[in-house]
Amino acid sequence: MTQSEKYTHVSYREHQGKYKGIMAWLTTTDHKRIGLMYLFGIAVFFCVAAVLGLLMRIEKIAPGETIMDAATYNGIFTLHGVIMIFIVVIPGIAAVFGNFCLPIMIGAKDVMFPKLNLLSWYIYVIGAILGVLSQFMGDGPPDTGWTFYVPYSAEANSNVVIALTAAFVLGFSSILTGLNFIVTIHRMRAPGMTFFKMPLFPWSLYATAWIQVLATPIVGITLLMVIAERTLHIGFFDPALGGDPLLYQHLFWIYSHPAVYVMILPAMGVVSEIFPTFSQKPVFGYTAIAISSLAIAVVGYFVWGHHMYTSGISYYSRWFFSFLTFIVAVPSAIKVFNWISTMYGGSIELRTPLLYAISFIFLFLIGGFTGLTLGALATNVHVHDTTFVVAHFHYIIFGGMGFAFFAAMHYWFPKMYGRMYNEKVANLAWGFLFVGFNVLYFPLFIIGLQGMPRRYFDYLPKFQTGHVISTIGAFILITGLIIMIANLIRGVRKGAYASANPWKGVTLEWQIESPPTLLNFDKVPEIKHPPYLFKKETEA
Amino acid sequence: MSDHEEHVIDRESGTMGMWLFLFTELFLFGGLFLVYAVFRYMHPAEFHEAGLELDTFVGTLNTVVLLISSMTVAMSITAVQKKNNALALGLLAITTILALVFMVNKYFEWTHKFHLVIYPGSPVLENMERGELLFYGLYFIMTGLHALHVIIGLIVLFFAGYGIMKGTVTSERTLLLENAGLYWHLVDLIWIFLFPLMYLIT
Repeated sequence: MTQSEKYTHVSYREHQGKYKGIMAWLTTTDHKRIGLMYLFGIAVFFCVAAVLGLLMRIEKIAPGETIMDAATYNGIFTLHGVIMIFIVVIPGIAAVFGNFCLPIMIGAKDVMFPKLNLLSWYIYVIGAILGVLSQFMGDGPPDTGWTFYVPYSAEANSNVVIALTAAFVLGFSSILTGLNFIVTIHRMRAPGMTFFKMPLFPWSLYATAWIQVLATPIVGITLLMVIAERTLHIGFFDPALGGDPLLYQHLFWIYSHPAVYVMILPAMGVVSEIFPTFSQKPVFGYTAIAISSLAIAVVGYFVWGHHMYTSGISYYSRWFFSFLTFIVAVPSAIKVFNWISTMYGGSIELRTPLLYAISFIFLFLIGGFTGLTLGALATNVHVHDTTFVVAHFHYIIFGGMGFAFFAAMHYWFPKMYGRMYNEKVANLAWGFLFVGFNVLYFPLFIIGLQGMPRRYFDYLPKFQTGHVISTIGAFILITGLIIMIANLIRGVRKGAYASANPWKGVTLEWQIESPPTLLNFDKVPEIKHPPYLFKKETEA
Repeated sequence: MSDHEEHVIDRESGTMGMWLFLFTELFLFGGLFLVYAVFRYMHPAEFHEAGLELDTFVGTLNTVVLLISSMTVAMSITAVQKKNNALALGLLAITTILALVFMVNKYFEWTHKFHLVIYPGSPVLENMERGELLFYGLYFIMTGLHALHVIIGLIVLFFAGYGIMKGTVTSERTLLLENAGLYWHLVDLIWIFLFPLMYLIT
């Protein structure tokens, strides 16, 4: 499990290139270092946005103005949304663990375009800085919400243009990462690794990358059109200038719904790795999981209209989008059944990553089922724009993608740093996070059903009980986050040295040193078996 | 960087990456074409009226210029493959000149519109019918974004030409030049769609 001796090889973190110190990182083209640099960026911005979320919860502990006025509240929920969606969750797992693990898992030394990979990181940083600057420059923080709906976003006096530019730039970074991954998966798999001998995390990244490449340009041009509307008065969307606001919503959601799958598909890939490892059993229904990733990517492209049931689209298109929304739930359900079947009959070892993965299924199920409530036409009209929606997408994005991110962090941590975190503390942090998460978001379902609108800083006294419980949950959640982050940082500095394969995993990343050397493999591995062949099966 | 000196991007991967990038460019313009289709459907008569205002001759001339420039780029790739670098550079120079001709035409076309007080936010435009307003909005943003791509294409071609001179682009390693050529064909292709939609369907 752990070893007291420090590893003897030169890892990618200690390798000496042309430059030293911080410059060695800023000029690196090593996919593992770039993955870690994304991790640092995402962690910092996640903490910022989490604090903003906490501030919103404190504001809502009592009706009326508590700690901020309405305008500040609007600015804060916009910034919370923009940071969480564009800077944290969309790059999220793909940029951090995709960069770190994808080349290793397919037996390659790096991605196909290492320099482009570094460029994507710089574009990401520029976009992130612009996003933060938009809060402090010009005429006050943007208050449009992360969706930038026109006509308000075309007319608001706040600093919308920079926020739009930030989202555009971040989209560009996302496109380049996706492009890199597609070519890497097509061209750099180790000899013998056919597509259907590839582990499932690369499969999910492959589906994700196609969405990034094919959907992001649409939102790019849409945001550019809003920028043109604000700066040049070319009216595509503002009725005052001749345009059509509904068209904006269509174009925005054509990207932004598939973007939800950019967030969740890599998360599904992560847990598809964790379940077989901690059950010591091949994943159940490998092909079904792999193909369902692609199915989600394809069908997910055609469900955007379910964000617009109340916007005034025709009866038939509502019917069509509602139908497809139900269809897209099928491949997700297939995955859930397969994960659970993977555990059935396995020798389960309940370690920290598995705790996160199991809670991922639990939270993702709640998020998924309430998604069907929202996807059905009749119930949607009732709960549209209430905190029910807020609770739903936090269950999917935070409960799903967020918990899978933490799962991945605890799963690949020994590989990344060659050290181990304190597992007891990690489990404790998980407990706080899981309880805090549910206490925070579940009451929002209930008060949402009772009619509490989203994005309001004030509310009727009858909703106060729900809000108070929710705010208590926020504090529990933040406590869990602090414990988890502190434990991980301590693990990086002082944790016990980990062996190369602490979880007895069988995918390629566990067959090399922890942390990996710069070139990952001493010699190019040759793949002869399907990906999840554990000892028991090999002997049989 | 020094750590990856042995990392070579083979031709097939390089062009594959470029094609994927071109897809994203097509989708970028695709959004605008979609908006065009929607508004044309909503205001057919006004789009027709406004389209008559554009100079078909200049548009046709620019189409021919771009088509020829695409040909010269393709020829320069063949020239490099046949190790005739001087010819390749000459052909790239012709491409550059044709691109500049395109931009100059564009400049005169736009300034003519400005003389007629037709530009985004102008008082004349704001008194026009809704459909005409949208047509000109699309005209300026689509041809403007296309012109931006012409400029980017020129920069890429410049680097490819520099590569030939420095010897990083050779008959064995044509990837940079080929990708520059692909990008230039994209610029051409988008114009092939813009031209009839703006100038001809009236």
